[in-house]
Amino acid sequence: MAYSDKVIDHYENPRNVGALDKTSGEVGTGLVGAPECGDVMKLQIQVEGDKIVDAKFKTFGCGSAIASSSLATEWVKGKTISEALEISNTQIVEELSLPPVKIHCSVLAEDAIKAAVADYKSKQESGS
Amino acid sequence: MKTPIYLDYQATTPTDERVLAEMLPYFTEVYGNAASRSHPFGWQAEEAVDKARAEIAELIGASAKEMVFTSGSTEAINLALKGAVDMYGDVEPKPGKIGGKHIITSLVEHKAVLDTCKHLEKEGCQVTYLTPDETGRVTVEQVTEAMRDDTLVVALIWGNNEIGTLNPIREIGELCHERNVLFFVDGTQAVGKIPVNVEADNIDLMCISAHKLYGPKGVGALYVRRRKPRVRLVSQIDGGGHERGMRSGTLNVTSIVGLGAACRIAGEELETEMQRTSELRDRLEEKIRAGLDMVHLNGNREFRLPGCLNLSFSYVEGESLLMGINNHLAVSSGSACTSASLEPSHVLRAMGVGDDLAHSSIRFGIGRKTTAEEVDFAATRIIETVTRLRELSPLYEMALEGIDISSVEWAGH
Repeated sequence: MAYSDKVIDHYENPRNVGALDKTSGEVGTGLVGAPECGDVMKLQIQVEGDKIVDAKFKTFGCGSAIASSSLATEWVKGKTISEALEISNTQIVEELSLPPVKIHCSVLAEDAIKAAVADYKSKQESGS
Repeated sequence: MKTPIYLDYQATTPTDERVLAEMLPYFTEVYGNAASRSHPFGWQAEEAVDKARAEIAELIGASAKEMVFTSGSTEAINLALKGAVDMYGDVEPKPGKIGGKHIITSLVEHKAVLDTCKHLEKEGCQVTYLTPDETGRVTVEQVTEAMRDDTLVVALIWGNNEIGTLNPIREIGELCHERNVLFFVDGTQAVGKIPVNVEADNIDLMCISAHKLYGPKGVGALYVRRRKPRVRLVSQIDGGGHERGMRSGTLNVTSIVGLGAACRIAGEELETEMQRTSELRDRLEEKIRAGLDMVHLNGNREFRLPGCLNLSFSYVEGESLLMGINNHLAVSSGSACTSASLEPSHVLRAMGVGDDLAHSSIRFGIGRKTTAEEVDFAATRIIETVTRLRELSPLYEMALEGIDISSVEWAGH
């Protein structure tokens, strides 16, 4: 099957691979997907004030899943939390020219952002 | 060394140059219809077909009259199973007689067998699908237990196309003959790769495909036993009564010549090729294991095809692995993402391989053209790509942290 150049670029040079300290109060971690479904994404954000200053990801999945999560980390960096929550899977589909069978990869990336934000918020609430 | 390197010999094989050379005159010089009895053009074509029939029969220990030409294994499977049910399905089952509408097969068959069985279920047959052991093997005991008074046919694959596991064909065949049950064997991957003898192995019906043994695509054959027992089939393609009435249609002389030549060469080189491809298969596995941990063999270490190696690389998804290597290596994956159905391999599932490992599986097919240099190159590429993707894998990270992946509550989607 043919991948778009952007998917190949993210696959070959994934942005922001790595891990942030998940025990830190400033870090939100989202872990979505399931191994038996063939994709798992872990997306982490580091927040200062209400701004996302850093983001990291690791993904088990096909090339489109890797590209979707790599792109998601690029996009959330520098955004406020409420701006990050506005990122939708359709924007990811468009940017990466994902074919219909790969739309679930973009949905998972959107879910990963939302899960990371939710984790951060729950830490803030329990911490304060 | 030319790249990409072809390591997908279970999908298909290149036509051997020697086979092609024998085929070529039958396009433009000897182009007669093998059914034309009235002139030399027809006689020559018929002679070529007879020679091919004998060459194929020789490879599998049959007689030439027992071979029926088809368009390939899929058609041969359809003819064998549907043809047997049409012929014997309504025969009242009683000891010493072939009859009934019960079929025994397994969950790791090729879709050509499974889909044909599903079709026959709709037409009133009952089918028992045996679950193989964790190496993909069916036992004689399982078949014995599944046997009923109305069992008509046992249909099993000899060498599995995904994992290479070999079934105990001879023993199961012996059981079938004791019980007057027909034994159909899917020999697509086995014929020309391991010793096959329909007499010693107690086989009644067996399909063969030319393009799996260095012949052309679009031609194959069905072995139909003529004595002890004499097996009769109702044709599924009518019109002219070719092939003893079992398969009508003008014979594809050129391709049949190719199939014959392919079988003859496979027979001549069987022992040396078995040895050579087994060694390359083991070399590939050893090299990969030297560079990577958490590699699982899917299949049976003892009973397997010489040129097939199926490995799962934990914590790496198969399609992303293929994406990393497919400019260099042509292989297949059991991952859902590489299939039209978006389901992981039904074979690995039936063996009890978890879906996570099924998604991580790669089949390496080694064949006549494969060299040690190519195998070494393939191992290096696999090690590099798996290592890179594991660095990217949250599951690998969790495993290194000592988290049991199976204890995590995943949100399925």
